[in-house]
Amino acid sequence: MTLLPWTFLLPLAGTLILSLSRGRLSPRASSVVGVTSVGLAALVAAWVGWRFLASGETSIDMTLWTWVTVGDFRPTIGLHLDGLSLTLMGIITGVGFLIHLFAAWYMQDEAGRLRFFAYMNLFVFSMLLLVLGDNVLLLYLGWEGVGLCSYLLIGYYFETAANGWAAFKAFIITRLGDVFLAIGLFLMFRELGTLDITEILARAPDVWAEGAWQAQVASLLILGGALGKSAQLPLHTWLADAMAGPTPVSALIHAATMVTAGVYLIARLHGVFELAPAVLYLVGVIGALTLLLAGFAALAQTDIKRVLAYSTMSQIGYMFLALGVGAYDAAIFHLMTHAFFKALLFLSAGSVIVCTHHEQDMRRLGGLWRKLPLTYAGFVIGGAALSALPLVSAGFFSKDEILWQELASGHGGLMLAGLVGAFLTSLYTLRLIIGTFHGEPGSDNARHAEPGRGPVHGLPLVVLAVLSTFIGAWIHPPLEGVLPAGPGADAHGAGHTVLGVVAALVSLGGLVVAAWLFLRRQRWLAERVAGGWEARLWWFWNQAWGFDIAYDRLFVRPYRWLVRLLRSDVIDRALLLPAWLSWALHRGLSLTQSGKLRLYATTMAAGATLILLVLVLGG
Amino acid sequence: MTLLWLILIPFIGGLLCWQAERFGPMPPRWIALGTMLIELLITLGLWFQGEYHLANAGTASEAVRWSMEWRVPWIPRFGIDVHLALDGLSLVLIALTGFLGMLAVLCSWNEIVKRVGFFHLNLLWILGGVVGVFLSIDLFLFFFFWEMMLVPMYFLIALWGHSGSEGRTRIRAATKFFIYTQASGLLMLVSILGLVFVHHANTGEYSFDYATLMQTSLSESTAMWLMLGFFVAFAVKLPVVPVHGWLPDAHAQAPTAGSVDLAGILLKTAAYGMLRFALPLFPDASQAFAPVAMTLGVIGIFYGAILACGQQDMKRLIAYTSIAHMGFVLIGIYAGTELALQGVVLMMVAHAFSAAGLFILSGQLYERLNTRDMRQMGGLWGRLGSLPGFSLCFVAASLGMPGTANFLGEFLILFGSFPVAPGFVVVASFGFVLAAVYSLLLMQRVYFGPAQGEGVFADLDRREYLMMLSLVGLVLLFGLYPQPLLDTTGAAMGEVQRLFGVVSQSTTLLLTGAP
Repeated sequence: MTLLPWTFLLPLAGTLILSLSRGRLSPRASSVVGVTSVGLAALVAAWVGWRFLASGETSIDMTLWTWVTVGDFRPTIGLHLDGLSLTLMGIITGVGFLIHLFAAWYMQDEAGRLRFFAYMNLFVFSMLLLVLGDNVLLLYLGWEGVGLCSYLLIGYYFETAANGWAAFKAFIITRLGDVFLAIGLFLMFRELGTLDITEILARAPDVWAEGAWQAQVASLLILGGALGKSAQLPLHTWLADAMAGPTPVSALIHAATMVTAGVYLIARLHGVFELAPAVLYLVGVIGALTLLLAGFAALAQTDIKRVLAYSTMSQIGYMFLALGVGAYDAAIFHLMTHAFFKALLFLSAGSVIVCTHHEQDMRRLGGLWRKLPLTYAGFVIGGAALSALPLVSAGFFSKDEILWQELASGHGGLMLAGLVGAFLTSLYTLRLIIGTFHGEPGSDNARHAEPGRGPVHGLPLVVLAVLSTFIGAWIHPPLEGVLPAGPGADAHGAGHTVLGVVAALVSLGGLVVAAWLFLRRQRWLAERVAGGWEARLWWFWNQAWGFDIAYDRLFVRPYRWLVRLLRSDVIDRALLLPAWLSWALHRGLSLTQSGKLRLYATTMAAGATLILLVLVLGG
Repeated sequence: MTLLWLILIPFIGGLLCWQAERFGPMPPRWIALGTMLIELLITLGLWFQGEYHLANAGTASEAVRWSMEWRVPWIPRFGIDVHLALDGLSLVLIALTGFLGMLAVLCSWNEIVKRVGFFHLNLLWILGGVVGVFLSIDLFLFFFFWEMMLVPMYFLIALWGHSGSEGRTRIRAATKFFIYTQASGLLMLVSILGLVFVHHANTGEYSFDYATLMQTSLSESTAMWLMLGFFVAFAVKLPVVPVHGWLPDAHAQAPTAGSVDLAGILLKTAAYGMLRFALPLFPDASQAFAPVAMTLGVIGIFYGAILACGQQDMKRLIAYTSIAHMGFVLIGIYAGTELALQGVVLMMVAHAFSAAGLFILSGQLYERLNTRDMRQMGGLWGRLGSLPGFSLCFVAASLGMPGTANFLGEFLILFGSFPVAPGFVVVASFGFVLAAVYSLLLMQRVYFGPAQGEGVFADLDRREYLMMLSLVGLVLLFGLYPQPLLDTTGAAMGEVQRLFGVVSQSTTLLLTGAP
C-alpha cells in the first residue's frame, strides 16, 4: 500500500527528467523515459490494486502532508483508494501505458518528442491526483492540471496558429466550467465546513434536507464543472477542435481519461446530488440531449478524428444518462469499456493517419482494408463495441446496463433517447469504417499506404482489441459499497431480456441501414446532400448545430469589441484631464506673454477701464 | 539594533556601489548582490530564531505585540520617535525584498551598462526605503520612508528606462509615477496629521506612535475621512482602478530591475499599509467602507484583465495583469477573515514571484529580440531554448494553476471571503476565466504560430537559468507547502483580524444580505 504514491510520482519523475534535461536527451531516449515511467506506474498500480482487493477493505486513506492549515481550513495532500478510484487508476495507468507505447511509434519522426512525453507524463500525474485525491481541493489540482496538459498537447504542433487557438478554446471553455466548480467548493466549505470528500458525503445529508436550495445550488455548480470537462451541452464545443493534437493525445485525454473526469466527479460526489433530485434528473436530460446532438453531428463529419470526437461526446452522454437515474455503477462500467474501445479506435485512426502520410479526411481515404489489415481489425472491433454489437462486444454489455437502468427507474423518455442514440451510433460507425477502408482510395496518399510495423505499433492495438470484446466486459469495477446500487440492480427479469433484445435489434438495424445506405445507395446519398434542404441540414450537422457560430456572436465578438473599446485605458485618459487642463492654461497664459508692446498697452488700458467701471458702477 | 541595520545595510551598500564604479562596472554589481544577500540572510536568521506563531497567545488587552522592537526619540517635541518593530508580516515582506533585490541586481547584470554605480545606488535605496516602510511603526517615520522610496524609483525610470511608442517617453512615465504617488502620499500626510491633532485634542499630547494612536477615539465621520486619506494613498500604490494609470506606463518604460521591484515589492507596500494602518487604525470606518473597497477590487479584476487582453506591448500586458491580481488582494483585505488575510499574504508573495518572473522573462526576450511588441513575435517556441518553458510556468502561475502559490493565494482569499461576501466572491471568480484568456493570449502571440524568422536565439545562460529555476521552485514550494510562511504571518494576521473583526458581526449582515 505504501507504494501508492509511486503511481503518480513515477510519471512526475518522467516529466522532471525530461524537462530538466535541457535538450541533453536524444528523442529516442526521451521516448524511452516517457514510456517507461508510465509503464512502471502501471505495474505499481496493478500491484497496489491486487493487494487492495486481496485485503478486502472498502477504502484506504493515506495522508502525505497537510497542504494548508488556517483555522478549520485544512486540506491535505492525501490519497483515498477505493473501488472507484482503483478502477480509474487502472484505466489511467493501463490504457495510458498502451497509448504511451503506441505514441512512441506514432511520434517516431517528430523531433520534439521530449516535449510531447513530458506533457503526457505530466498529464498522467495530474489525472491520477484527480482520482486519488481525498479532498476536493486536491481533486481540483488534478482537475486543472489535466486541463493544462490538454491545452499544451492540443497545441503541440504550435507552428500552425489554428492549433494554438483550438487549445486556447479548449482551455477557456473548460475553465468556465471550472469556475462553477470552484464556487461550488466555496459553498460546500461554508456550509459543511470541510473539504474532505468522505466527510462531505457523510455531513451533507445531516446539514441539508433533500431538495434544500444549498444542495441544489452546490450540485448545479459541480455539474457546471463536469459539463465543461466532459464536453457536454452547452460547454461541449471545444472537443471537436481539440482533435488538432496528436492522435495518441486524443486517445488518452479526449477519449479514455480526462473527458470522463466529469462522470467521475459526479459519481464521487453522488451524495450531494442525491439531495438534489431535480439536478440529478437534469444530468440525465443533458446526457440525453448531448448524445443525440453529437450523434447527428458525427454523421456529417468527414474528418475521421472529428467523427470519433463527436462519438466520444455522445458516449459520455450515455454515462450522464446513467448518472441521471442514479445508476452510478453503470456509468462507471461504460466509462471503462468506452476507455478500451475508444482508445482502440483512436489508436487505429492514428495508425491510418501515419500509414497514409497524414491523411485524415474520409474523402481522401478509402480502400485501405487490404493494405492495413491490423488497423482495419482494430477499427472493426472498436466499431463493433462502439455500436454495441450484441454479445460479442464489450460495449453491448455496458450500454445494455445503462438502458435497463433507465427503464427500471421509470424514465422511459431517457431510455428512448438512448435507443435512438444507439441507432445513430451504428449509422455513423459503419459510415466511418466504410468511408475509411472500403471503396476506392481518394488520394495518392491512400493508394500508397504502408502498414505500421513492429510490436510498439501492434501490441497496444491487439491488447485494446481484446479488451474491447466481451472479454473486457468480464472486468467488473469493484464498486460495491462505494457507490449506491442503481435503481434496477435487483430486478433482472424478463423486462431486461426484452430490452436487451430490442437494443440488439436497434443496433443491428442501424448497421444494416448503414450498410445499405453507404454501400448500395452511396451515389444517391451524395446527390441528395449536394443541394437543397438536405445540403443545409448536412451543413448544420457538420457545424454541430451551429453552437460555435452562436457563441462567437454572443460572447467572443462582444468581448473583442469591449477589449478594443477599452484598449487605450479610458479611465486613465479621463484622469489625465487635470494634466491636460493645466497644460491648456499654461498655453493660454503664455500666449499673452507675446512681447508685443501694442498688445500689452491695449490689455492694460482695457484692464484699467474695466476696474474703473467696476468701481464706478459698484460704488 | 538589528532592525536599524536592516534599513541601513541597503543604504550603505548603495553608497559603496556608487563609489565602486571607479573600479569598473563589475564591483558595483557584486557589492549590490552581496548587500541584498546579507539582507536576506539576516532576515532568514531572524526567522530561524524567532517564534512568530506563538505571539498570538497574547491577550486582547495588550494592543500590539511585536517580535522585535527598537526605539529612540527623534523629535520629542512632537512625539516623533524612530520606532521600528518587526512581526511575522514585516519579516516575510523584508525577506521578499531581499530576495527580489538580488534578482533585480542579477537581471540587470547585462542590461545596464551606463552609470552602473549610480544605478545600483538607486536600486538599493529603493529597497532600503521599502524595508523602512515595512519596519516603521511611527507614522511620521513611515511617511518619511514612504516618500523616500519614490525618488530613486523616479531616477531609475527616467535615467535607465525605455521609451515606448505614441509619445510614451520614460521621462513622462517617471513624472506620472511621481505625481500620482506623491499627491496621494500628501493625502496620507494630511490624514496622519489629522489623526495626531485629534489625539492631541483628546489627550493634550502629541504622538505619532502607532499603538498610542490606535487608542484614539474618533467620531464616525472623522474616522471615515482620515481612513479615506490612508486608503487613497495605498489605493494608488496597490493600484486600484481608477487610480492605476501610472502603473502600466511606469512598468513598460522602467528597466527590468525597476519592473521587478515595482511589481514585486512596491505594490506590496500598499497592501502592507492597508493591513498595518488603514484597517487597525480605523476598524469601524474600514468595515463600513468594505463594500466599496470590494467593489473596486472586483472592478480592478475585470478592468485589468480586459485591458491586458488588448495590449500589444508585453510589459504593459503584464502590468495590467498585476492590477487584476491586486483586485483579489483588495477583496481579501476587506473581507478581513483570517483565511482571507492569510490568502492575501500568500498572494502577495506569489504575485511577487510570478510577476517578477514574467518581467525578467520579458527583459530576456528584449535582450534577444530588441522588441516588446508582441505583433513582431510569434512562433518563438522552438527558437529560444528553455525560455519558453519558463514562460509557460509563470503564465500558468499567473492564471492560477493549482500547485502554484498563486492558486493557493487566490483560493484562500476566495474561500475566506465567501462567508462574508458571497456575491463579490462569485463575481470575482469569473475573473479566473479572463485570467486564462490574457495569460494564454500571451503564450499564443509570443510563442505559437508560424515562426517570424530563421535561426535560433541564444539559450539562457547559467545566471538566467538559475534565476528562473529558483523562482519556479519557490512558486511551486509555496504552492504545495505554504505552511512555514503561513505560520510566520499567522499571529500578525490574527491580530489584524481581531482588530478589524470586532465590528464584523454587524456588517456581515450588511454585506451578505442574509444571515
